[in-house]
Amino acid sequence: METLERIIAEHPFFADLESYYTGLLAGCAANVRFHPGTYIFKEGEEANEFYLIRSGKVALELFAPQRKPIVVETLEDGDILGWSWLLPPYLWKFHAHATQDIRAISLDGKCLRAKCEQNHDLGYEVLKRFAQIMERRLEATRMQLLDVYAVR
Amino acid sequence: MATAVTTDPMLPQPYLVQSVSKETPDTFTLKLAPEEGANGSSFQPGQFSMLWVFGVGELPISISGNPAEHKQLVYTVRSVGQATNAFVTQRVGAGVGVRGPFGTGWPVDAARGRDVIVVAGGIGLAPLRPVIYEVLRHREDYGRLVVLYGARSPHDLLYRQELVAWARQRETQVLVTVDYGGMSWRGHVGVVTTLFKYARLKPSQSVAMVCGPEIMMRFVARELISHGLSRNDVYLSMERNMKCAVGFCGHCQYGPHFICKDGPVFAYEQMRPLLEKYEL
Repeated sequence: METLERIIAEHPFFADLESYYTGLLAGCAANVRFHPGTYIFKEGEEANEFYLIRSGKVALELFAPQRKPIVVETLEDGDILGWSWLLPPYLWKFHAHATQDIRAISLDGKCLRAKCEQNHDLGYEVLKRFAQIMERRLEATRMQLLDVYAVR
Repeated sequence: MATAVTTDPMLPQPYLVQSVSKETPDTFTLKLAPEEGANGSSFQPGQFSMLWVFGVGELPISISGNPAEHKQLVYTVRSVGQATNAFVTQRVGAGVGVRGPFGTGWPVDAARGRDVIVVAGGIGLAPLRPVIYEVLRHREDYGRLVVLYGARSPHDLLYRQELVAWARQRETQVLVTVDYGGMSWRGHVGVVTTLFKYARLKPSQSVAMVCGPEIMMRFVARELISHGLSRNDVYLSMERNMKCAVGFCGHCQYGPHFICKDGPVFAYEQMRPLLEKYEL
């Protein structure tokens, strides 16, 4: 049987994490499923969790007044969804829209924040991984801003 | 290796427009055939021609057709100015002049026995399409083919039907992304470098061929190197203002190189010091 601990350990985001820590994470985790068309979260709502995507595709949407919403990024199998749970004011900045059937592990942000406060080694492991994701997404966003395919 | 130009390289050969097809709102593919009695021209994937639109001017355009089809030359052109607009609005049967092919090609022969990673951005897929044709035509000679393609939006994707057909070929992975997606787009959204995490790569046995805007190629080359490819196994197609196409005029000089004659395809190892210079 697939335990939550094993699923977390096998997700690329937590690759090489010591089993003691995956055990701690599993205490805050739950299996979740979203059907296509569902909004997993919406901009401005409280960000109390993040997701390890096991399969499916999520579109991050941004709304601007008098413009059609645009999809600024999609996330798929092996990706991580959400880091607003990590930093105050713990509010989502985008809409997350399931465009396919999503299987994911949800991690309770409050539970995890409390564990990270108690165990700074765990906190460091978690932050290290999120910092890497943030760095990659920042670089991708810079490239997106350059609008490299536009006619000059 | 470049194909020898058998006629005077400065003398355009007469060709006729066989067909014009719209790829995107501003990009068109034209098929040209030599006028009766004129010789056709073979080419290496990655080479370019100088196309004369009579009375308007001359354009350097990469050949985007199938190297196995000797009876025609195919060009995909984005209409961004007077000359390109004049070219894409040619009617079927109209006459144009063709010089070339010129320049170095992609290392398709050297890549035999290895995996081929094709990374294209925007209209950069056009010069790489002949590589894909060549690998698929000699499928047994190559390992996996991985095509990573990024465009600005879903409306800007080239060769949509072919992308689907290529993805169905064995040992072939085709991943497509757009920088911004509308609500009806169900594919991947993100810059082309975000596709690498979904690509099944074997860096030590791969050769990568990259074409797109220069800044995109810089990001992609860095990504490929971080995945373990050697700088000598990453090839870029460079673009500068080409005029004579045979290294006489110097318009396309880039550092010590003439892009028209020494390129347009170069190993990243050769280009890296120049790509990082502000002045060039």
